[in-house]
Amino acid sequence: MLNRCIMEMEGSMAKKLYSLTAIFTTPNEIIKAAKAVQEAGYSKYDVHTPYPLHGMDDAMELKETKLGFVTLAAGIMGATGMISFASWVASVDYPQVIGGKPYWSWPAFVPVTYEIAVLMAVLLTVAALIVFFFKFPNVSHPLHDTPYMKKVSADKFGVSIQAEDPKFNEKVVGDLLKNLGGEVSPVYYSEEFLDFKPQLFEPKFILLLAGIAVVSAGGGYATWNKLLYLPPFDWMMEQPKSKPQSHSEFYADGFAMRPPVEGSIARGFIPYPYKGKPDEAAKYLVNPLLPTKEVLALGKKKYLTFCSPCHGNFGSGDSRLQGQFPNPPTLHSDKVRIWSNGSIYHVITDGQNVMPSYQYQITREERWAVVHYIRTLERALNAKESDLQ
Amino acid sequence: MSATVIDYSKEISVVEGRPSAALLDGVITQPIDSFPQRNWLIGLAVTGTMLLIGGISLGWLLWKGVGVWGINQPVAWGFDVVNFVFWIGIGHAGTLISAILFLLRQKWRTGIARFAEAMTLFAVLCAVMFVLFHTGRPWIAAVWLLPYPNQHGVWVNFTSPLIWDVFAVSTYFAVSLVFWYIGIIPDFATLRDRAVTKVKKTIFTILSLGWRFSNRHWQHYERAYLIMAGFATPLVLSVHTIVSFDFAVSIIPGWHTTIFPPYFVAGAIFSGFAMVQNVLIVTRKAFHFEHLITLDTIEKMNKIMLLTGSMVGYAYMMEFFIAWYSGNAIERFVFINRAFGPYWWAYWIMFTCNVVSPQLFWSKKIRTSLLASFIIAIFINIGMWFERFVIVVTSLSRDFLPSSWGMFIPTMWDFGLLIGSFGLFFTLVLLFVKALPAISMAEIKAVVPGAQPLHYGDGGFHG
Repeated sequence: MLNRCIMEMEGSMAKKLYSLTAIFTTPNEIIKAAKAVQEAGYSKYDVHTPYPLHGMDDAMELKETKLGFVTLAAGIMGATGMISFASWVASVDYPQVIGGKPYWSWPAFVPVTYEIAVLMAVLLTVAALIVFFFKFPNVSHPLHDTPYMKKVSADKFGVSIQAEDPKFNEKVVGDLLKNLGGEVSPVYYSEEFLDFKPQLFEPKFILLLAGIAVVSAGGGYATWNKLLYLPPFDWMMEQPKSKPQSHSEFYADGFAMRPPVEGSIARGFIPYPYKGKPDEAAKYLVNPLLPTKEVLALGKKKYLTFCSPCHGNFGSGDSRLQGQFPNPPTLHSDKVRIWSNGSIYHVITDGQNVMPSYQYQITREERWAVVHYIRTLERALNAKESDLQ
Repeated sequence: MSATVIDYSKEISVVEGRPSAALLDGVITQPIDSFPQRNWLIGLAVTGTMLLIGGISLGWLLWKGVGVWGINQPVAWGFDVVNFVFWIGIGHAGTLISAILFLLRQKWRTGIARFAEAMTLFAVLCAVMFVLFHTGRPWIAAVWLLPYPNQHGVWVNFTSPLIWDVFAVSTYFAVSLVFWYIGIIPDFATLRDRAVTKVKKTIFTILSLGWRFSNRHWQHYERAYLIMAGFATPLVLSVHTIVSFDFAVSIIPGWHTTIFPPYFVAGAIFSGFAMVQNVLIVTRKAFHFEHLITLDTIEKMNKIMLLTGSMVGYAYMMEFFIAWYSGNAIERFVFINRAFGPYWWAYWIMFTCNVVSPQLFWSKKIRTSLLASFIIAIFINIGMWFERFVIVVTSLSRDFLPSSWGMFIPTMWDFGLLIGSFGLFFTLVLLFVKALPAISMAEIKAVVPGAQPLHYGDGGFHG
């Protein structure tokens, strides 16, 4: 594609004169030539040198470049943008107290603000330089790939006066350059080549874009949703550790969960000292709770949950179990009524006859509350005269 | 008694002799145009093997996690952070040479600026590798490294030095890359016009963007170069300052000091120059650039190493003085522990290599000897690596509570990745000197005697 320009030139078909060029060999000559061309009143010309020459800007009477303004604007934009963003994040959208400082601790934002200001200034300056000041990328310029360009890119100095210049006259320009001591040659170009426009709506191009979209979307999906979940990438929920109910290769019994050391006592648990000793329990145990409204409500709740299935809702021994389990005797018998609170507590804690122990289902306080509730039930069915008043 | 009188009013020429521009192009593009030398291939085989070791270490790291390294509590920062700081420091020389020396009109930088800049890029790549992979799973680390709107509704913590570091290092890499690329565009155009094969021509045409040496372009180009040098100068100082904040903003004894920013910057330039010196001496010899990178340049590099080495030595002693003068018992203990504790050997390797060895450069004979320069530069590199080791490991291993003290013992995977980073760096350097012009053709042509119009003297590039 790059060679098209020159190939068509050789074919000498459909080409127009772009410019007349002259090659010089020393820096002094090219400065002199540039001055002469400028003074002759040409405006559409350019000087090409392998490296920048001192004094060339003066010779060509070039104006000061405006690139610095782009840098200034980009730098200010980067700095204000970054400090606003950091302030918004740290004090509005995601405020966190860090080291006891205020949310908006601006000195901490100085480093990032500075870095982004530099980044924006440099990147936008370079982007503006390439796109707006150089009008690059452009590899189809008529001077490209010409013998002239090959000379100035190595060690020669060239001047090129364009045919577009209003004062351009092939003969006059040629004489001027020859008199300055240059080696003159014309550069042609093909108009059709310069008019080349990229065809955005060509099916092939659209198909290519679609292909890229599908591949990147599919690749992204597969990477972030599938690939990262394959071994060796374990996630936090999969840790090589033993969980309570899991199997263990390490222990001889195969259980991951270890029994507590003999004699361990759970937090808040007090061992029951009267196990199998109902007489002592009756003698020494005293109900630590007062029969308040709350205690009775708790006792009722626990009684209805744990006791009532066998003993009946009112303690009369009217089981709801339809004979699947032997019915207990009534709690309103004289025997029970003359029992001490400690005896009832002992039976709940230790069990009696076919009744199992309930110490693991009902806590100590709850058991005492149930004792209060049972006393209340007894009193209700055998009320004294004084209760009626 | 006869004293040599040096005329300081005359500037020493950057290049020796009066080579023509065409000859310069020929010499500089020689490595690009010719078949690789045998030594180059051997070098590539060595660095390629090192790179492979690094690749395996990295693969194992990703497979098993950062537990394969020797890090643990209390030394949770080991070789990863040591190597990060080491490499980012190496990078600083490139920017210093290309930007600060440019602003100071030091023309001798011309011959070495290009590959010093390339070394910056490669060193920053190595550094970035360590910080990325020390997060364990970098693809997830994006959430706390980069402020992007995410479905967790979480933002990064802008008050953290670690975030400043992310910004500083990525800005530094981006700016260095652009600076280097802008500098190399005219050379790409020269290579494009010299290319004989179609593949090379296409590649260089794309890379040169269509540069055509127009003076209307040179005008903006020179200004852009000046602006970028102006920005890169404070940037390079800020980057290592921010790296030092990673330590100085914490409360660990031995880290929590205000001397860290200048001390880190001086150390970075010191180590970077040593690395450039090593590569420079080899490249110069291998590709016959003796008349382009003169002995005078090497001597000036040595002088800068003497200066920065003395600054670093001063900082070491000042740290000790302040530890004593502060009256803080823990601070005092940490510094005595550095020199005489379990890591005493690391401290004394550092001290000997960094403080004692550059002092040899006071002698002009040593300063101008290639062999001595090369060996001392290697010592400085070793010393600077140990400096980071001493700072990171000794402080962490002995902090406030003796009950939480612990030692750091690197594993083979720590060393594997360290070797791998050297492999990556030198492989890239070897490929660079072979594939691209190691010396800026456009810049060196401009400083050859007779390159500028007479009435403007032998002025420098981008005057």
